[in-house]
Amino acid sequence: MTATMGTIRHHLTDETLLAYSAGTLPEAFALVAASHLSLCDECRARLGAFEAVGGATLTSVGTAEMGDASLERTLAMIRGTPGDPDPAPRRSAGTLPIPLSDYVGGDVDAIRWRPVGGGVRQMVLKTGDEATARLLYIPAGEAVPEHTHGGMELTMVLSGAFSDEVDRFGPGDVETADPTIQHQPIAEPGAPCICLAATDSRLRFRSWIPRLLGPIIGI
Amino acid sequence: MPSAETMEENWVGHIRRIHHDKDEAAFAELFRHFAPRVKAFLIRSGADAALAEECTQDVMATLWRKAHMFDPSRASVATWIYTIARNRRIDVLRRQRRPEPEDLPWGPEHEPDQADVIAMQQEAERLGQAIAELPQKQRDLLARAFYGELSHSEIAAETGLPLGTIKSRIRLALDRLRHAMG
Ligand SMILES: [Zn+2]
Repeated sequence: MTATMGTIRHHLTDETLLAYSAGTLPEAFALVAASHLSLCDECRARLGAFEAVGGATLTSVGTAEMGDASLERTLAMIRGTPGDPDPAPRRSAGTLPIPLSDYVGGDVDAIRWRPVGGGVRQMVLKTGDEATARLLYIPAGEAVPEHTHGGMELTMVLSGAFSDEVDRFGPGDVETADPTIQHQPIAEPGAPCICLAATDSRLRFRSWIPRLLGPIIGI
Repeated sequence: MPSAETMEENWVGHIRRIHHDKDEAAFAELFRHFAPRVKAFLIRSGADAALAEECTQDVMATLWRKAHMFDPSRASVATWIYTIARNRRIDVLRRQRRPEPEDLPWGPEHEPDQADVIAMQQEAERLGQAIAELPQKQRDLLARAFYGELSHSEIAAETGLPLGTIKSRIRLALDRLRHAMG
């Protein structure tokens, strides 16, 4: 089951969208944002509104004089160049939204899972090191180890669904958890839950995985 | 001095002239207005003057090459240029990739509705006025957020700006686009 427009109940927060529009969101979080935005016109429109503030700010705050020859130099760059071709529509036919399949190198069948215990599997994606993005595979009815986090955590469901102390999250939904939230997502029975999670500091698991193992397996 | 509204209408026309006629005079006018603003933006984001100048030229050249992709029913010209400059800043200054959402293609076959374009221009002007009327402290905070001087956790969403109508306008344009794409 994949997300369809209109079934999404949990959206990106204003803080996340504002930071994405300002270009200050660490890459791992930006990946979650771009994945959700691919499926959600509501958030795409909210992003457009925040970007409008960026545009208005650009208009209203200051100028810096350009060098004398800068216009001529730029004209020389563009003169005779055709416009960029219309980009081939980047629209996903699979389960993963395009921004995510760009990082995975393909759709779900291209994910290189590694076990992290209890049937849970993960693939850490290569992003800037301010934050970490990983795909998680939670078998039907199983739980992700209970954990707290030192920073923010954004989790987006790609297929299946999970529930935790906060609510139920289905395909396309994003859960935004701050450091005070201690939660234990449990995949719904019937199908495994695949999600994308970004954290801005190491997850701290409270059970299941011995603390010492944490650094070794990369959680 | 023309009002901001007619200025924006004007800039949309410039982009159109670049798209249809490869009009260098239109480009030069856009350049004279926006390049110093983009350069100031990049300097405030941490670039030295030489790097900012070089990146600004890239940003303006991008505008030329992508003029056919600008959708005036979804953004003002200033907003579009802001997003190009922001992406360049992420590339060059933050040295990160920026994951982008899937595209909603907008070619000539999906010519935007003229009423939507005018409504967006009016909203952009209203937003500009509302920002100009903010207390100095809040205006500074906004500028710092968009100029990359605040980390993502320091950014708090501003309220009181007329963003709801802009959001609804863009939403409407997206709905039409989805409909047109079937
Ligand atoms: Zn959303």
